[in-house]
Amino acid sequence: MAEKKKSWKEIPIGGLILEAGNAREYKTGGWRTFRPEKNDKKCTNCLICWMYCPDSSIKVEDGKMAGFDYDHCKGCGICAQVCPVKCIDMKKE
Amino acid sequence: MVQTKSKRIPLTGDQAVATAMKQIDPDVVAVYPITPQTEIVMYFANYVANGQVSTEMIPVESEHSAMSACVGASAAGARTMTATSANGLALMWEIVYIAASLRLPIVMPVVNRALSGPINIHCDHSDTMGARDSGWIQIYCESGQEVYENTILAVRIAEHKDILLPIMICQDGFITSHAVEGIELLEDKLVKEFVGEYKPAHSLLDVENPVTYGPLDLQDYYFEHKRQQSESMKGVLKILPELFKEFEKTFGTKYDFIDTYKLEDAEVAIVALSSTAGTARGVIDELRAEGVKAGLLRPRFFRPFPREKIIQALKNVKVVGVLDRCESFSAEGGPLYTEIKAALYDSDIKPLVTNYIYGLGGRDVFPEDIKKVYSDLGAALKNKKVSNPINYLGSRE
Repeated sequence: MAEKKKSWKEIPIGGLILEAGNAREYKTGGWRTFRPEKNDKKCTNCLICWMYCPDSSIKVEDGKMAGFDYDHCKGCGICAQVCPVKCIDMKKE
Repeated sequence: MVQTKSKRIPLTGDQAVATAMKQIDPDVVAVYPITPQTEIVMYFANYVANGQVSTEMIPVESEHSAMSACVGASAAGARTMTATSANGLALMWEIVYIAASLRLPIVMPVVNRALSGPINIHCDHSDTMGARDSGWIQIYCESGQEVYENTILAVRIAEHKDILLPIMICQDGFITSHAVEGIELLEDKLVKEFVGEYKPAHSLLDVENPVTYGPLDLQDYYFEHKRQQSESMKGVLKILPELFKEFEKTFGTKYDFIDTYKLEDAEVAIVALSSTAGTARGVIDELRAEGVKAGLLRPRFFRPFPREKIIQALKNVKVVGVLDRCESFSAEGGPLYTEIKAALYDSDIKPLVTNYIYGLGGRDVFPEDIKKVYSDLGAALKNKKVSNPINYLGSRE
């Protein structure tokens, strides 16, 4: 879904970004070729995946691994690689 | 007229620029010396060492670093200046474009010098003409007085809120940069008032309002940012008349996008930038005494290209000789020639136009050379055609 893009009159000059912390607005999930999927039975909620994820795309709720933010996960596979119990599989999109 | 100028003081063009910089007292000057711009750096360094300015001067290790430091300083919100020539400008190249695209109002006097190779330190316009598509405003000055006053004016042009583009103020290497001229200086106080305080809209040092300069800009928005630059450059043509008026009101000198000499009733005219126009004026006086209707058009701005003004100025001229102190190796003549011709295509006038590449590597252009051009133009007027579209004036056959 393409959002309506702004005209040259509506954007700051020079490519300036005028507010901080807006990387979340840029959805990088579309870059993904392989999506991580979790096997809940094996997961021990050690959260090593959360520590290693370069895109802050591991969701955590109540101290437990609660899935992936697929809007921003680029499918790099680091989480699957570092998982000590190998509960994350990379599946082709 | 406003009486604000000093008595004539003997200064070189470079000294005149350094004096203007002293009066502007920029926040940051990041600069690397290169002939024939060196004197600017040397005199300005003296002002810094003597405490005559409050500028943070950054003596960098190369021009690439000079322009990089300027970009950083300007993005941080500092009024920023540098200066260069020829190969120095070439070494800045990558960052010259970045300065323009980040919309940083950096002011850069450029002392025109031939680009290597073979290595040559003397005047031609190959350095700044190469940078004509970089997004910088370019002013070409005929005299030390003009380069002095325009360095001051340039600060206001670059920093204008609806412009925000970097600017080059060009003068001819050695010819005006090292020739001593009687220059009338403007009052320190008035210069200070005229340039005012630079208040950047977005500063990297404004931690209350954080801003990102230079992020990745891909297919979705890069084009829009280029469009903004383009519209801003066009806007210069609309905005500057007001600034010219303010400058005239404050300091008494009237500037425009172009300058003309005896052009109103001229049948044959030369178009030339910078100091060569001075030589042409003398020749025109002689030719006029002989009854030749000779005139001169000197574009002061090359970027933006003042098309309408140029067409208007040439409206009665039958034959135009465009002098390019630069070869663009296009096999279609020099850059000034091709742009003048392009401007005329859309106009109601159709004078004969011919090109003269001249003065490369500092080859002197004498009144006899200019007379030769007018004589060719006269012959073309008679024959109703030019014998050679592209000529090499002063090059041995």
